[in-house]
Amino acid sequence: MEIVYVYVKKRSEFGKPCNFSDRQAELNINIPPNPELAEQFVERNPVDTGIQCSTSMSEHEVNTERFEMETRGINHVEGGWPKDVNPLELEQTIRFRKKVEKDENYINTITQLGSIMEHCIKQNNAIDIYQEYFDDEDAVEVTDEAPSAKTINVLRDPQVIKRSATHLSWHPDGNRKLAVAYSCLNFQRAPEGMSHESYIWDLENPNKPEIVLKPSSPLVTLEYNPKDSHVLLGGCYNGQLACWDTRKGSLVAELSTVEFSHRDPVYGSIWLQSKTGTECFSASTDGQVMWWDIRKMSEPTEVVILDIARKEQLENALGAISLEFESTLPTKFMVGTEQGIVISCNRKAKTSAEKIVCTFSGHHGPIYALQRNPFYPKNFLTVGDWTARIWSEDSRESSIMWTKYHMAYLTDGAWSPVRPAVFFTTRMDGTLDIWDFVFKQCDPALSLKVCDEALFCLRVQDNGCFIACGSQLGTTTLLEVSNGLCTLQKNEKNTASLIFERETRREKILEARHREMRLKEKGKAEGRDDSLREEEPTFHLEELVTKAEDEFFNIIYSELKKKETEAMKKTKPKQPGLEADEEVEGEDLGEEEGDGAQAPT
Amino acid sequence: MAEVEETLKRIQSHKGVMGTMVVNAEGIPIRTTLDNSTTVQYAGLLHQLTMKAKSTVRDIDPQNDLTFLRIRSKKHEIMVAPDKEYLLIVIQNPCE
Repeated sequence: MEIVYVYVKKRSEFGKPCNFSDRQAELNINIPPNPELAEQFVERNPVDTGIQCSTSMSEHEVNTERFEMETRGINHVEGGWPKDVNPLELEQTIRFRKKVEKDENYINTITQLGSIMEHCIKQNNAIDIYQEYFDDEDAVEVTDEAPSAKTINVLRDPQVIKRSATHLSWHPDGNRKLAVAYSCLNFQRAPEGMSHESYIWDLENPNKPEIVLKPSSPLVTLEYNPKDSHVLLGGCYNGQLACWDTRKGSLVAELSTVEFSHRDPVYGSIWLQSKTGTECFSASTDGQVMWWDIRKMSEPTEVVILDIARKEQLENALGAISLEFESTLPTKFMVGTEQGIVISCNRKAKTSAEKIVCTFSGHHGPIYALQRNPFYPKNFLTVGDWTARIWSEDSRESSIMWTKYHMAYLTDGAWSPVRPAVFFTTRMDGTLDIWDFVFKQCDPALSLKVCDEALFCLRVQDNGCFIACGSQLGTTTLLEVSNGLCTLQKNEKNTASLIFERETRREKILEARHREMRLKEKGKAEGRDDSLREEEPTFHLEELVTKAEDEFFNIIYSELKKKETEAMKKTKPKQPGLEADEEVEGEDLGEEEGDGAQAPT
Repeated sequence: MAEVEETLKRIQSHKGVMGTMVVNAEGIPIRTTLDNSTTVQYAGLLHQLTMKAKSTVRDIDPQNDLTFLRIRSKKHEIMVAPDKEYLLIVIQNPCE
């Protein structure tokens, strides 16, 4: 029902000065109550209401607007000297000093101050007045504080057309800089005029990026060289690999040739441990993993095709979406694919077919993150579809531990470098979860909503305290976690390894059981002898059932009889009551018998 | 004049004393046993601190006045004896 009040004015009267006057109130609309509507409501009596007798308070948050800061230096010059004395002239200063020293006031003052000073000096020498008496008692470190994390800094993409932050890399020394790769991952939906630039931010200055990297195609991944902190490797959206030296400027130092690069965006690029510190490898959804030496980027040094049928057919190859390499296991590496399979490979295998060692399948969608546990490299974390899973290399059929299915897709995950039982995951609804499975297994220990848009990537700093997460609009948020989550708890290593072993054992037992069952089924499916053998057991089954029934009823009847005789012997007057009880019992038993007769059939 | 010399020499000779300086009300070092740049730095900073400490004490109780200021740090102890016009600063390393 729309209530409309029309106000009319002649066009010729527009612009005339207003002449206000009073008038009576006019009733425009009168809506009387409709008693029929009252029928639709039920009177509730009594009604519970909570009342609190205390001051009501409200909470407000205020945030100042961001203001730009700039660092400038100031040059100090010695001053305080009287106008006629030039502080740089040694003669003048000496003359001035001598003049002061001749002053009588000076002599008296100094003598007096001197005696006070001597007193204190002697005091210091006599006894340490600030001695700690209870040094021996170590403060018991009971961190009972709830896990928490707070945002320290937010780095926003200065471009007008926002791109997602797809990859983050911390500076290898000192962790004061963060390299962020920006690109638009929506297929062919990159807006016109979107900048290809990626930035290196200095955390001291969150308003402006420190260094700008200018590739020819937006960067999907970006990694600092752990050996040489001036060199960065970037994987481009068009499949090329680019290398920068920050000393040389923002243009690309080395670029791989288009013909020999990947055909799809490079989703994973990692530096390798080598003596020269110039080797790296990359993976892409075109199904290839390529090794490069940055000194000669025209051709990859090696190419592996991810065909799990081991036939090296590019058409059958699985697209790689994440790459994993641990420097403590230099010959092995793992690839997470779009099809939800993790492929474990050995670089040193003789033939290319043998390079693929084994596969782990279990995810329903692309595996966006793959990382070995820094303390127990046999176990690794995969993040994909709506869960995060922890695997053990020994158990190939399924993961040993997994989280529940979340409401939003999981986009990235990482282990904490200081605590073996802690890992972080980010979700499409902008939440960062911190899991601690020695503390709580079903839910994350801490779940934080970082921003309203989806979070795409996550990187933990080497000290385990700071986490950077990048979002869909290019905003990188820097968080600091509470002390409890970044200091190793006592006994945690043991507990974590026990948990891993226990879960691995459980999975092994389940695997063995599944294998048995499968063998049995195979056996059953073969031949007619088996079908005959199947009938015999059922025959036996029916006989056994009737036998069991008979025995059951016999036992019950004998027990009943026993009870009746006993009851009769005890007291005569109570007989009728007891008999009534017996009857009730008998009825119950009869019901039981009825049920018992139904069960086997 | 000789007394001043004697006093300062005596102070300097105590165990653990690293440096002694006399600074006037404008922050100009009159006598010092340390090098110039260190002296100028100490003079400027401690002068301001002493003024602040003095005003604090006076604020709390106008009848009161600052007699001595001791700053104990991890490495050494800085002792400041203030006066209306001059400041005597001694840096000592209390040996334990």
